[in-house]
Amino acid sequence: MSKDLSVTVAGVRFPNPVIAASGTYGFGQDYTDLYPLNKLGGISCKGTTLEPRNGNPAPRIAETPAGMLNSVGLQNPGIDMFITGYLPQLKKDGNVIIANIAGATLDDYKQAVERLDSTDVDMIELNISCPNVKQGGASWGVTCDGAAAVTKTVRAVTKKPLMVKLTPNVTNIVDIAKAVEAEGADCLSLINTLLGMRIDIRTRRPILKNNVGGFSGPAVFPVALRMVWQVANAVDIDVVGMGGITTAADAIEMMMAGAKAIQMGTAIFTDPYSPLKVIDGLEKYMEENDLNSLEEIVGTVQPW
Amino acid sequence: MAFFCDEFPIVERSEIASGIFSYVIHCPSVALAAKAGQFVHIRAEGYTLRRPISICEINREKGTIRIVFEVRGNGTDKLSQLEAGKKMDMIAPLGNGFTIKEIPSDKTVIVIGGGIGVPPMLGTAAEYTDNKVKAVLGFRNKDRVILEEDFKRVGAETAVCTDDGSYGEKGLVTFPLIEELERGKTAMIYACGPTPMLKAVINTARVYNIPCEVSLEQRMACGVGACVGCACNIRKGGRDFVLRVCKDGPVFKAEEVVL
Ligand SMILES: Cc1cc2nc3c(=O)[nH]c(=O)nc-3n(C[C@H](O)[C@H](O)[C@H](O)COP(=O)(O)OP(=O)(O)OC[C@H]3O[C@@H](n4cnc5c(N)ncnc54)[C@H](O)[C@@H]3O)c2cc1C
Ligand SMILES: Cc1cc2nc3c(=O)[nH]c(=O)nc-3n(C[C@H](O)[C@H](O)[C@H](O)COP(=O)(O)O)c2cc1C
Ligand code: FES
Repeated sequence: MSKDLSVTVAGVRFPNPVIAASGTYGFGQDYTDLYPLNKLGGISCKGTTLEPRNGNPAPRIAETPAGMLNSVGLQNPGIDMFITGYLPQLKKDGNVIIANIAGATLDDYKQAVERLDSTDVDMIELNISCPNVKQGGASWGVTCDGAAAVTKTVRAVTKKPLMVKLTPNVTNIVDIAKAVEAEGADCLSLINTLLGMRIDIRTRRPILKNNVGGFSGPAVFPVALRMVWQVANAVDIDVVGMGGITTAADAIEMMMAGAKAIQMGTAIFTDPYSPLKVIDGLEKYMEENDLNSLEEIVGTVQPW
Repeated sequence: MAFFCDEFPIVERSEIASGIFSYVIHCPSVALAAKAGQFVHIRAEGYTLRRPISICEINREKGTIRIVFEVRGNGTDKLSQLEAGKKMDMIAPLGNGFTIKEIPSDKTVIVIGGGIGVPPMLGTAAEYTDNKVKAVLGFRNKDRVILEEDFKRVGAETAVCTDDGSYGEKGLVTFPLIEELERGKTAMIYACGPTPMLKAVINTARVYNIPCEVSLEQRMACGVGACVGCACNIRKGGRDFVLRVCKDGPVFKAEEVVL
């Protein structure tokens, strides 16, 4: 007997709560030799900007205990290529298609999202972790004002369900979450990567050519879980949790902390089948616990 | 270019030089699809990222591939502990291999390998019949020399160089390369090895105006083209591109590579 694993996030129905995280699954074409894209509840596409970008110099990848660093730096083909070159195929192959949008200026965000508004993309995820050029390169998402400004600008030009992706590199993520909610975000996703570094002790050089990079993978899971729990308790909109999820048990923890759906990134590099294993594990959990919907467990952690 | 991700049985394991291991893996589907110059992406238990290792030889009849790798850090150390009979978790075959060409009967090709860049050149040499391929292999010293007999077995006329002269010719692979090019019989050059060696080979190929392909290395996450982690700079038709070593490479035309 197969269970209905669907969840609804900001009014959008996902056939199952497992979404490929932005930047780890490209535009959905790279793993189709292994299994079809429609096995996943959805895909958040690689962070896309108004104009094409070449990203940072290599090396862009470093390993860490139970995790990794990346300094890819938003290499992407630009919003027009996304819309004409990738979106039609994504819509054919996949379930919920989420565009992940980044920008250096408010106008970049505005124009990119305007172009998406008339497409059949299902959802827009705003990556506010990228540098704000006007503010000396600090990320939009590290201040309430910056995060609110991006959300407000984008909200004004789209009716698409809007998910704002929070950076964990802040003193109080709850304040940022509330600021974004107040400007009309339909849901939140978190966490983006934590800023990290590794040094090659033989050369005394950082392994990443960019010196520092985003930290992800199983090592960050407890931090992500804590932040999702804090944010989910503080806002009324839906929350999508990510950061180090590797197993169905991790996904269940994340949902109990308050996430309605989850994203997986780094785990896919270790095992490309891991999202499918999580989906199977969730179904088994539903059967064992006699659940009719996974939403029954969302936010059910009972804190001491 | 289909690839697979599975656990495949290890048929044979041996240490062919100190800290350098050879594995034969039974994976008929992979062997059938594989081309010389492609690589496999191996999961090392307990590590987040897989390790990219070149395909060294392909045996389609037996349904096996061979890989040869050096223990560099923790991940390759872990992999080297896998015994015959155990399984290797691989995504394979990945990337684009070397272009194998029909060449005139009076011409030859040259394969050049440096250090741990030697293994993929063996499978490439094996694509050409006897007397059609010259191999030039460079190593740090006598203790690091690997696969020389294997190159001879596949019919390659083989020259070995070491940096310190403890075995074969002393010096860089470019000396035997130039000697061979001077004979005017070379149709194509293939190379894999450390960046300084690749630069020298690329320059030499340009001077002699011989088509050349090189295999690049970069740190990888996905290995399949999804994460854009393995960037390399490529110049085509006067325009610069940032491409992926794993999917657009690892083999590139020498004249397009910006090192
Ligand atoms: C396409 C390709 C083919 C290769 N073929 C071979 C081969 O046939 N034989 C062989 O011995 N080696 C080969 N290498 C190099 C091999 O991948 C590295 O030596 C290995 O990944 C090092 O892992 P480690 O756990 O020993 O080192 P660690 O330093 O513990 O590794 C840490 C991280 O850095 C990465 N890394 C470190 N050095 C390299 C490197 N030189 N290239 C890419 N990633 C690196 C690792 O994959 C891992 O993600 C190849 C590399 C590439 C990109
Ligand atoms: C290689 C790589 C590239 C990424 N690129 C993006 C991106 O373009 N936009 C974005 O919002 N997040 C990006 N991320 C962050 C992930 O989407 C995710 O938030 C983070 O990796 C935590 O989840 P994980 O531990 O499951 O990987 C990237 C992560 C990795 C590892
Ligand atoms: S390693 Fe992910 S694109 Fe090459």
